[in-house]
Amino acid sequence: MTQKRRIGVYICHCGGNISDYVNVEKVADAVKGVPGVEVAKTHVFACSDASQQEMINEIKEQHLDGLVVASCSPKLHMFTFRGMAKRADLNPYQYIQVNLREQCSWAHTSDKIGATEKGIHLLRAGIAKCALTHPLNAIRVETKPRVLVIGAGVAGMRAAIMLADMGLAVYLVERENQPGGWARVTGEQGPEKQNGDQVVSALAERIRQHDNIMLYTGAEVVSKDGSIGDFTVALRLKGSETVSLNVGAIIVATGFAPYQPRAGEYGWGLPGVVSLADFRQLLSETKGRLEYQGKPVRSVAFIYCVGSRQTESETCPEPNAYCSRYCCSATTHTAGLLRQLDAKIHQYHLYRDVRTYGALEKLYEKARTDGALFLRWTPEKPPRVETKDGRLSVLVTDTLTGNEELEIGADLVVLATGMEPRQNEGLNSILKIPESTDGFYKEIHIKLRPVETVIDGVFVAGAAQGPKALAESVASALAAVAKTGGLLKKGFVDLEPLIAKVNPEKCTWCDKCLQACPYGAIKRIHTGEKEIALVIESLCKGEGACVPVCPHDAIEIEGYRDDQIMAMIDASLKEVATP
Amino acid sequence: MALPRHKEPDPKILVFSSNAISDPGIDLAGSAHLHYSTAVQVIPLPCSSGVKPSWILHALEAGYAGVFIAACGGDCAYLSDCTDRTSALIRAAQALLKEHQISPKRLKMSGLCSVCADNFVSHMSKFKEELKKLEPVT
Repeated sequence: MTQKRRIGVYICHCGGNISDYVNVEKVADAVKGVPGVEVAKTHVFACSDASQQEMINEIKEQHLDGLVVASCSPKLHMFTFRGMAKRADLNPYQYIQVNLREQCSWAHTSDKIGATEKGIHLLRAGIAKCALTHPLNAIRVETKPRVLVIGAGVAGMRAAIMLADMGLAVYLVERENQPGGWARVTGEQGPEKQNGDQVVSALAERIRQHDNIMLYTGAEVVSKDGSIGDFTVALRLKGSETVSLNVGAIIVATGFAPYQPRAGEYGWGLPGVVSLADFRQLLSETKGRLEYQGKPVRSVAFIYCVGSRQTESETCPEPNAYCSRYCCSATTHTAGLLRQLDAKIHQYHLYRDVRTYGALEKLYEKARTDGALFLRWTPEKPPRVETKDGRLSVLVTDTLTGNEELEIGADLVVLATGMEPRQNEGLNSILKIPESTDGFYKEIHIKLRPVETVIDGVFVAGAAQGPKALAESVASALAAVAKTGGLLKKGFVDLEPLIAKVNPEKCTWCDKCLQACPYGAIKRIHTGEKEIALVIESLCKGEGACVPVCPHDAIEIEGYRDDQIMAMIDASLKEVATP
Repeated sequence: MALPRHKEPDPKILVFSSNAISDPGIDLAGSAHLHYSTAVQVIPLPCSSGVKPSWILHALEAGYAGVFIAACGGDCAYLSDCTDRTSALIRAAQALLKEHQISPKRLKMSGLCSVCADNFVSHMSKFKEELKKLEPVT
């Protein structure tokens, strides 16, 4: 250390949440003598406006150059105190928060002496880290007011229209030759009885008329460069022509793939065993009597949860563990369509649990009261579908009638197939969005950041993120629009500077960091006579996977540097006189 | 003759947690007032794939009895193969510890999710008992 630090240490009582178990005055006394500590005080509520103002005044008057607040978890107030530091003209990255509540007082309520000792250790580690901070600046990137939306299903189309209405330029890219996705072919949608293709036509018309939207069909994304605010994306159009686009953000709305049953799964492959989508197609094409391959249909058995909520077995080595959300509602809605066509057709619904959540419950209620029979099976004894005397026969052990095995003669067996992630290997290798264990694109946090991905500036919308009904898809698309609009209308974005940094003296370029980085944030450069690694600031996520693989200790993460971690370890071990 | 100590001090455990996944899990243990030893100290990092074996060695040589990596596991938002990467650095660290005649049993790793409060507490109490059985680091 070249110059003596002037660190302010503030310990919060949290109105007793901390001070009832940790003797905060003793902690303050114990750290007063630590080199570099100029001020050590306690506050009843450090986050209160009055306390913050007091700290700000002190930071200014005492010319403090480092700040440690020991209070609750940084997840709660790190940004509060970073903001306070800024208002006190102190660099926000010279502020360290010590977790004295969740990871000390609340975890050790029965051991006040131990909690106080631990508090002193935690504070010393925080002070040691703070003493080794230097001012850092957020990385400011200018953003381009243009968006790429990948996938022109209902989610992508809605997103494109709303972004264009905000005044942003939108490139909407669809792999198929026409927009609309699955909604175009699903027929009447419950519960408002809108027709899918009409919804799609109306959206397509608005897109056609909008000056701010350029729709590319039969087109694919073939490369992506750059980072948040300034991506360059190449599209391959029909006839192998390519187009280069420059956008500030990307929304991925690539949707789902319908589950394809295995041969023999619930009779799949037998004549008369069809998917729900096929059955709905048949219904929409039928005027008058329902027939299948020339034969009248008098009895239909629906089997639920096909391809959803699976458990691992020999025949199903990679089970879809999740619920596909839409199928119970779509199947009970189909029950209504079938009854409307011909009330005399017998309907048997073989389900595990009915998940017609929210207002969709009415579809289920209507199906039941209209005479459809619901039989409940368990995964231990799934229904079996066979052909018997030229007709389909479904054997089901119904838990609602005392586990009796019932045999149902059916002219059609309809499998309510779920949703699967789309196989988009090409796109995945370009976008590098992490996938969930279910194989769908993964958001950062399902509740706190539900449409953002770890790739800054790349958002997910609709069923690409996981099974969703149409209404939910649209809601997530509009959430992605809000995030994208917020980002691009501001004109710039500030990125965390807590990222990797290469020590050019130690680096000898061995490419280990390049191999470890999944974000393409490492570049080889020449400097003087040698080659070294350079970190592309706007691409680095700062997770640190490159740090332990470097054979020369030449790369580290700002805020988690070698000297800081070592100093924290040493400081946390210093003996304290028993309080 | 020295007076008998009221209680043997618990072995000191250093935990490396990850900001987005395991640290919230450890926070939750506190929020739920689940108790664990006060000799447990946590240093949060961005991701468990970034722990340096040299930090682990230094902690054990400087006075910690054990180091526990509360890994991001399958929930990692940065790396889909975070567990593999963290396991690789654990193997490297264990080799380093052996070179320095430190028992690799002093290093433990487990994936810990953001709501794995009970899990964390049970890991801490098990690790504490295991460390008590080991000879002190010389």
